[in-house]
Formats: sequence, C-alpha cells, structure tokens
Amino acid sequence: MNRRSLFLVSIVAFGYALLYVPIVSVVIYSFNDSRLVTLWGGFSLRWYAGLLSDRELLSAALLSLRIAVVSATFATALGALVALALHRVSRLRGRLLLSGMITAPLVMPEIITGLSLLFLFISMADLIGWPMSRGATTITIAHITFSMAYVVVVVRSRLAAMDESLEEAAMDLGGRPVAVFFDITVPMLLPALISGWLLAFTLSLDDLVISSFVSGPGATTLPMFIFAKVRLGVTPDINAITTIIIVLVAVAVATAAVLSSRRASASVRGTATSG
Amino acid sequence: MSDAAPDNGSHAHRWLRRAVLLPYFWLLLFFLAPFLIILKISVADPVIAQPPFTALLAWGADGFRGIQATFENYVFLFQDGYYGIIYLSSLKMAAIGTLLCLLLGYPMAYYIARQAPARRNVLLLAVILPFWISFLLRVYAWIGLLNNRGVINEMLIGLGIIDQPIQMLYNDFAVYLGIVYSYLPFMILPLYANLERHDHDLLDAAADLGARRWRGFVDVTLPLSVPGIVGGCLLVFIPAVGEFTIPALLGGADTLMIGRVLWDEFFVSRDWPVASAVSVVLLLLLVAPILWFQRIQAREQEAGR
Repeated sequence: MNRRSLFLVSIVAFGYALLYVPIVSVVIYSFNDSRLVTLWGGFSLRWYAGLLSDRELLSAALLSLRIAVVSATFATALGALVALALHRVSRLRGRLLLSGMITAPLVMPEIITGLSLLFLFISMADLIGWPMSRGATTITIAHITFSMAYVVVVVRSRLAAMDESLEEAAMDLGGRPVAVFFDITVPMLLPALISGWLLAFTLSLDDLVISSFVSGPGATTLPMFIFAKVRLGVTPDINAITTIIIVLVAVAVATAAVLSSRRASASVRGTATSG
Repeated sequence: MSDAAPDNGSHAHRWLRRAVLLPYFWLLLFFLAPFLIILKISVADPVIAQPPFTALLAWGADGFRGIQATFENYVFLFQDGYYGIIYLSSLKMAAIGTLLCLLLGYPMAYYIARQAPARRNVLLLAVILPFWISFLLRVYAWIGLLNNRGVINEMLIGLGIIDQPIQMLYNDFAVYLGIVYSYLPFMILPLYANLERHDHDLLDAAADLGARRWRGFVDVTLPLSVPGIVGGCLLVFIPAVGEFTIPALLGGADTLMIGRVLWDEFFVSRDWPVASAVSVVLLLLLVAPILWFQRIQAREQEAGR
C-alpha cells in the first residue's frame, strides 16, 4: 500500500470508528454494575431489571410505539398518494405548491415545525373547539405531517425505476383503474411502501423536539422521558434502553437484509426461467 | 364509461386526482396554515391571557375595528444585540460543522465509491445503520465518552498521557463533534451518489496524458463532484442551523445556538410573539439555502430518471 492510500484508508477508518465507538461504549457500560460510568464494577444485568419495574418508562415506551405505528401507517398511505400524483398526473393542479409543501418538511428546522403546529392547535381549539387537549392525537398528527415527506422521497424513487407496461397492459385489457391500482401498482410498490413505513416509524419513535411542543400534560413519549433524564448527565438505565433499541434495530435490519436478498435471488431465478 | 378520455393515462388518473386532494388538504392545514399563524403571532403584542398574544383582527361591539399589527417584536430582535449575535453564532457553528463533515465525509464517500460492488454495499450499509438507532441516544452516548470522568479522559490518564482531565464536554468542541457525528451519513450519501456515477475513463485519459493521481483528482474528480458537495453540505447545514438536541445535550452554557434559545424563549420565558418572530427570522435566513437545495433535488430527480 502506498502512502497516499494509507492516508485515505486511515481517514475512512477514523470515520467508521467515530460512527461506532459511542454506540459500542454505551452497550458495554450498560452491563456495568457500578453507577459510575467509568468505573468497571463487574458484569451485571441490574439496569435491565430496573427498567422492567419503571412504570413511567414503560408507559412512555408504549405511547411512543402506539403513536409510531399509527402515524407511520397514515404517513405511508398519504405519502404514496402524493408520490403517485406527482409522478403520474402530468397536469396536476397546484403541483408546484404540493411539491413545495412535501419537500419543505425535509429541511425545516424541527423547532419551527413544532412551534407552528402548536400555535395551529391552539388556534383551532379557539375557533372550533378541537383539539380540546393536546397529547397522543396532536403528536400523531404532527408526526404524520413530517414523516409523509420522507415516504414521498422513498416511493418516488421507486416509481422512477418502475416499469409501467404491466399496468398499461392491465388497463388495455379493460381493468378498472382502482382494481389495477390495488392488484398491480401496490404490489409493485410494496418494497418502497415497506421501507417508507419503517422510515416513518423510526422517525416518529425518535422525535423529541416536535413532540415536546405539541404534547400536553400527561403525554410523555419515550424521547421526552429520555431527554429529561439525560439532561442531567449519564444514567446507566438509559444505557440499557439504548442497548435494547440497538438489538431491536440490528434484528430488524438483518431480517430486512435476508428478506431482500431472498427476493433478489428469487427474481433473478424468475428472470432466468422466463428468459 | 361513456366520457372516458381517449388517452388511457388521464382516464386512469382521474381517481388519483381526487384521492390526492386528501393529502393536499392535510398539508395545507397542518403544514402551510401553521406558518401563517406564526407570521400572525409574530406581529402581535404579548398580553397576559390565554392565548398570550393580541388578535390580528380587532372586533368591537360594532363589528370589525381594523388590523392590529406591530413590528415591535422584530424591532426588539434587531435592537437587542443578543439575538443578532445568536443568529450569527448559529450560522457560524453550522458552517464550521458542515465543513468538518465534508472533510471527513468526502474521503469516505470517495473510498466507498471505488470499491467493488459487494464491498461497497456493506460499507454503505455501515454508514446508514447508525441512522436507524435513535438520534437522541446516539448524541447521549457522547456524554459518557467526553465526560471529565468519561471513557476518553480516564483512558488518557490511565496511559499517563495527561494528568488532568481535558474539558471536552459542554463546550463548542462537543457541539461540532455532535454535528459531524450525527450528520455524517447525510454528507456521505449525496457525495457517494455523485462519485459513483463518475466515468473512470476520464481519469484514465488524464493518466494517459501524463497527469499524476493527485492532479487527476483535483482537475477531474473534484470539479465533477461539485453538485454532490453542494447537496451534501446543504443537507447538513440547513438542519444544523436550527439544531436543538446537540447544543442542549453537549453544548456549554455559552454555546449560543438559535434552536436552544427559541426553546427557552418558548418554554421558559413563555413570550410567544418574540418566539414567533425569532422563528420567522430563522426561516428567512434559511430560505436561500432551502431553495438552492430544492433546485438541486429537482435536477437530481431529472438526472436519476
């Protein structure tokens, strides 16, 4: 290896270390018996056991999961419609406004999105008496709104790569548009819909800033709970939570990788037999 | 259907035109309307009431009285030097963070783009993977590393390199580190997408013509990758300016970033009109980079087709 590529490789190695060292250290210290982060007091599962009896934590986690599932589902449905309309309908009225409104949340500072949505909810409560109080519902609405934008990006890129001849054939054979949509377009879009849903789910589960603004008394999501704790410094039980989340993510990513490689090999086989 | 258009496409898309109205109105109500409201509140006077600001349209017993708007909140922002300093400091910190991100992200994207496809996918996945783990928790992880009694300090002391812990947490350094760490994938992905498309024949041609590798990079690769550089930098810079979590967890008391100030203005001082004016100005600062980013996005979409 010459000097130049050694230099490049060491920068790359540094970059990957930067990405993974913090995560690895949290995992290691989550098994530390000592309350002090830096002192190794022996292997222990006490922080994990502690989590199970923390009612506040469990209810925050449940609330977050509920919001994430509902908002990801709505965001995927609405986002897919926007992506389809932008991609397929050539002379869509108000196209510029729509594509502006759907790209803006990607780059909007969260803090402004949160503040402005809160003001909207307050004004609505003033005008039409809804929402009476803020909490899970208002957080869900906020999450649908910003995660939709990410779903649109994912679905649009899939649409751009998709072969439309199958749908045209079905249409030529007299298939009704809605039937063609559900029988052909949706299955073809499925991988993008799944990854869009997962992205929306993760974004919702992760959101601290927007939730904090549009939440009300009594509705504490997991990130809000974690933030309140870590603001005061390192706490071993948060290390344990982080480790659990890392394991869940790793399992999900591995499953997705296996599934997609199976599908890829299946489609290769399919092309081989049909070709 | 008797009125079916001759053109298959428009017939099929009639239902889509109708269905898209739902997300359309959703976005009008939950994305556009809130900004109009923020604009409105930013020109209101704070009052002690619920909601704590004056109405834009004044109604009296005899009907409409007129519009009451004040630009005092904006005047306050500009006369009070404090906010000017915070805006400048946010822009500066975001710019330095973005530059550091580019310096690290470019070599990484360049390296990944030149690997064999199978290795490339693994390396890319390794860049994206942390993104799926909570942002908040990943920022938190640095507290344990950077603490005065944290892993890094204890290790350096243990090795005898230093005898006093270095203050690495709760200052601007920690915020830069947090920005680079959190936004690195956003820098690498657009750069990679660009670098991967490069035609290696161009470099070979440059080499055949006697160019050394470094010159080939500076004269060929670097100019061709400018769209990727701009895209990646904007993708990091724009959210970094308004960032809240990183300065709140890793920054010091003297780390001035507008996201954090806005949070305090709202949750601590509860001055809604000033908080609104602060966000309107922040948004105005970001309009140019956001529009620039959207233009690049549109061009990339065209190129991707």
